[in-house]
Amino acid sequence: MPTPYTALFILLGIVVGFVVLVTVASNLLGRKRQNAEKDSPYECGMDSESPARVRISIHFYLVAVLFILFDVEALFLILWAGSAEAFNAAGHGALVFAEVSAFVAVLALALAYVWRKGGLEWDR
Amino acid sequence: MTVLLATLLKVLVIFGCLISAAGISTLAERKISAWIQLRRGPNRVGPFGLLQPLADGIKFMFKEEFVPPGKSRFLFILAPALAAVPAMMSVAVIPFTGRIAEIDGTPILGSVADLDMGAIFIMAVSGLGVYGIILGGWASNSKYPLLGGLRAAAQMISYELSMILIILAIVAMSGTLNLREIADAQNDHTLLGFLPAWNVFLQPLAFVLFVICTFAETNRHPFDFAECESELVGGFHTEYSSMKFALFFIGEYCAMIVMACLTTTLFLGGASVPFWAEAPWFIGLGSFVFKAAAFMFLFIWVRWSLPRFRYDQLMALGWKVFLPLAITNIFITGLVLAL
Amino acid sequence: MATEHKPSITFHPEPRNLPGGEREYMMDVSTSDLEVNMGPQHPATHGVMKILIRTDGELVTAAQPHLGFLHRCAEKIGENVEWLQYLPYTDRYDYLASMNNNLGYSMAVEKLLDVEIPQRAVMLRMICVELNRIASALVAFGTYGLDLGAITPFLYAFREREWLLMIFEKICGARLTYSYLRIGGVFNDAPPGWLEEVSHFCDVFEEKWQEYYDLLMVNHIFVKRTADIGVITKEQALDFGLTGPMLRGSGVDFDLRRDVPYLRYKEAYDAGAWKVPVGSGEKGTVGDCWDRIFVRVQEMMESLSLVRWCLENIEEGPIIGDIAKTLKVPPGEAYVGIENPRGELGHYAVSDGGKVAVRCRVRGPSFCNLAILEDIMPGTLLGDAVAIIGSTDVVIGETDR
Repeated sequence: MPTPYTALFILLGIVVGFVVLVTVASNLLGRKRQNAEKDSPYECGMDSESPARVRISIHFYLVAVLFILFDVEALFLILWAGSAEAFNAAGHGALVFAEVSAFVAVLALALAYVWRKGGLEWDR
Repeated sequence: MTVLLATLLKVLVIFGCLISAAGISTLAERKISAWIQLRRGPNRVGPFGLLQPLADGIKFMFKEEFVPPGKSRFLFILAPALAAVPAMMSVAVIPFTGRIAEIDGTPILGSVADLDMGAIFIMAVSGLGVYGIILGGWASNSKYPLLGGLRAAAQMISYELSMILIILAIVAMSGTLNLREIADAQNDHTLLGFLPAWNVFLQPLAFVLFVICTFAETNRHPFDFAECESELVGGFHTEYSSMKFALFFIGEYCAMIVMACLTTTLFLGGASVPFWAEAPWFIGLGSFVFKAAAFMFLFIWVRWSLPRFRYDQLMALGWKVFLPLAITNIFITGLVLAL
Repeated sequence: MATEHKPSITFHPEPRNLPGGEREYMMDVSTSDLEVNMGPQHPATHGVMKILIRTDGELVTAAQPHLGFLHRCAEKIGENVEWLQYLPYTDRYDYLASMNNNLGYSMAVEKLLDVEIPQRAVMLRMICVELNRIASALVAFGTYGLDLGAITPFLYAFREREWLLMIFEKICGARLTYSYLRIGGVFNDAPPGWLEEVSHFCDVFEEKWQEYYDLLMVNHIFVKRTADIGVITKEQALDFGLTGPMLRGSGVDFDLRRDVPYLRYKEAYDAGAWKVPVGSGEKGTVGDCWDRIFVRVQEMMESLSLVRWCLENIEEGPIIGDIAKTLKVPPGEAYVGIENPRGELGHYAVSDGGKVAVRCRVRGPSFCNLAILEDIMPGTLLGDAVAIIGSTDVVIGETDR
């Protein structure tokens, strides 16, 4: 008895098969003529004077960390969003909404705090 | 057994349609851009250039492959696959139309998989695509792709949060995470007696924010920073050639198609036809394709009309405009629901 | 600008003892700058210019323009060919404004010759030079849109430029390297119907100009990308010897056509036929990228009204003065600076009385304007760097010569 996940895995199989097929096929069909110039990384036609694999600074690192924090908080809201109607139907709508709005308020407050502290200004 | 075969057939058809639609979208992109720019566009391969995507595909197959020497060869080859697979997978939960047929009491629905957590699935899977871009940028062992990959990461953390919150507002209204049920929930009543109760009318703010977020999600102009041909030459795909390059683009166009379909599902009532509740499934499918095509046209139209943002501007937009608005939106939605 | 290759993470060998028996291992994580060659094969450098950029992540910390990829010894050639023969070479340095180059060189030689230019030739020169200025500004405007990712305005701008090139082709047979303005006058009289076509072009272009303005100049994203970016203060502009739209974009009201008048520009100015647009910081700060590009866009309209003024005042008559085929220029030296679309184009010619110049020096506007990049680029993002390079509107043929 196929469940929805059967179809999902069939699709996964087809997609991965397609991707592997075209990658391998183009590898076999395309011509190959390597030389040193071709192997050099593109840098607007000049020889690269320094390697690309240096440890570079990611200025938006703090924003990325904030993203993870907020993202996890958003995950908690999924539970409420999925069952808000059920709560309403059961007559607990107001109570649950009060809880959720407190949660969202904390979220908003955190955003306001980060904003105020300059956590979102990273580029200069 | 019959059900399994029917499912297999359906999956194959949907996948084939997705790939063809991606090909047709590339042609549409070139044709529409040509019309916008007073040009003719491709018109040599086949009537009106209709076979151009096929010719492009064959050309990509026979192109020379480039893999940078060094330790990251495997990752370099893996990256385009990693970009393309999630984009194609996320089509799985899109309900293209209603019930097609019923075999042995099992309904054959208009989606690959009618998952109860469809909304979460599509957010999770489509968010994976960015790894391919970051990885491809890093594995290229070149500076412009590296910067392009970094930009993809910066972009991802700018819009995704708002996008999730917007989808949650819709989910809260429909009371389900199943995309088919979200679409159906918009069709069971009308507003003011004549408007279909589509979320675009109920949640206009969310609609606008969501459409803008889809542009960022799909790396499309005006947010195509990872690619950004005038600053980073080609961004993450500078070093890619042949089918690996094409896979990035198949992925991008598939992501566009899925996002257009998702917008249709979430905001435009999915496969419904206004004032015709009992429309047969193929009419519903036509209606769905029409609505999604309108969004595809919007993608193309915007690309050829607007300049590009700077990537820190998207970040400011995402965090300082979209996020407060999305939080407000979810708050108001909750308030209205509770009352 | 060599990068130091120090290890990114260094451990301090000895742990530090904290009170309570804990030990702390110190770790220094350092990041290094990325050194990126921007150009010669880069879409934003408008030709084969190379800018060596050091970036900290994407923040530009240093930028250095490198020139010379298109060096063709233009000045040395000027000292080896006859006076008239050099004229076609002038076409090739600022290839987007060849009429202006012809004019600059011709005027320098005419100053040595002390020859009278017929009035009709003066007017034809003014019409061609101003039309060429419009064509050049159209390229600057269109490619600037390209730099910022707006591809379509470029093709719209080239639609009108195409018409202009056709107009030039009708009068001199060439579309890019005209050699139309000759020493002593112009090469050819306007063919029948040419002046009418120019007048028709003026009428059509006025509408199209509004289209460009609405499409790009006031576009929200465009303004966000250009306003307050790459600000050049008035003092900086004067210190670096900027000229042309770069100078006027910073709010300095200076135009050679009006302040060191030549041809009949002064007369036209006094008649109110044109103004000198100056950057006012309308969308941001005075001297930002938006101001510079806006000055160019405004200048298209001013050039247009100049052309209209010329069309009203042109008379019949001869088109070239009394110039010998094999030109012998009396000894002496002359410098003439004219207002090229990019700034002051100076020609300095020295003659010893022979058929060939002793010195033929060119002061190129974009070459001089380029120097400021090193000062205004640090501290911007890579995206801004592209916007700034685009706003200088360099023509590599002229910086390298």
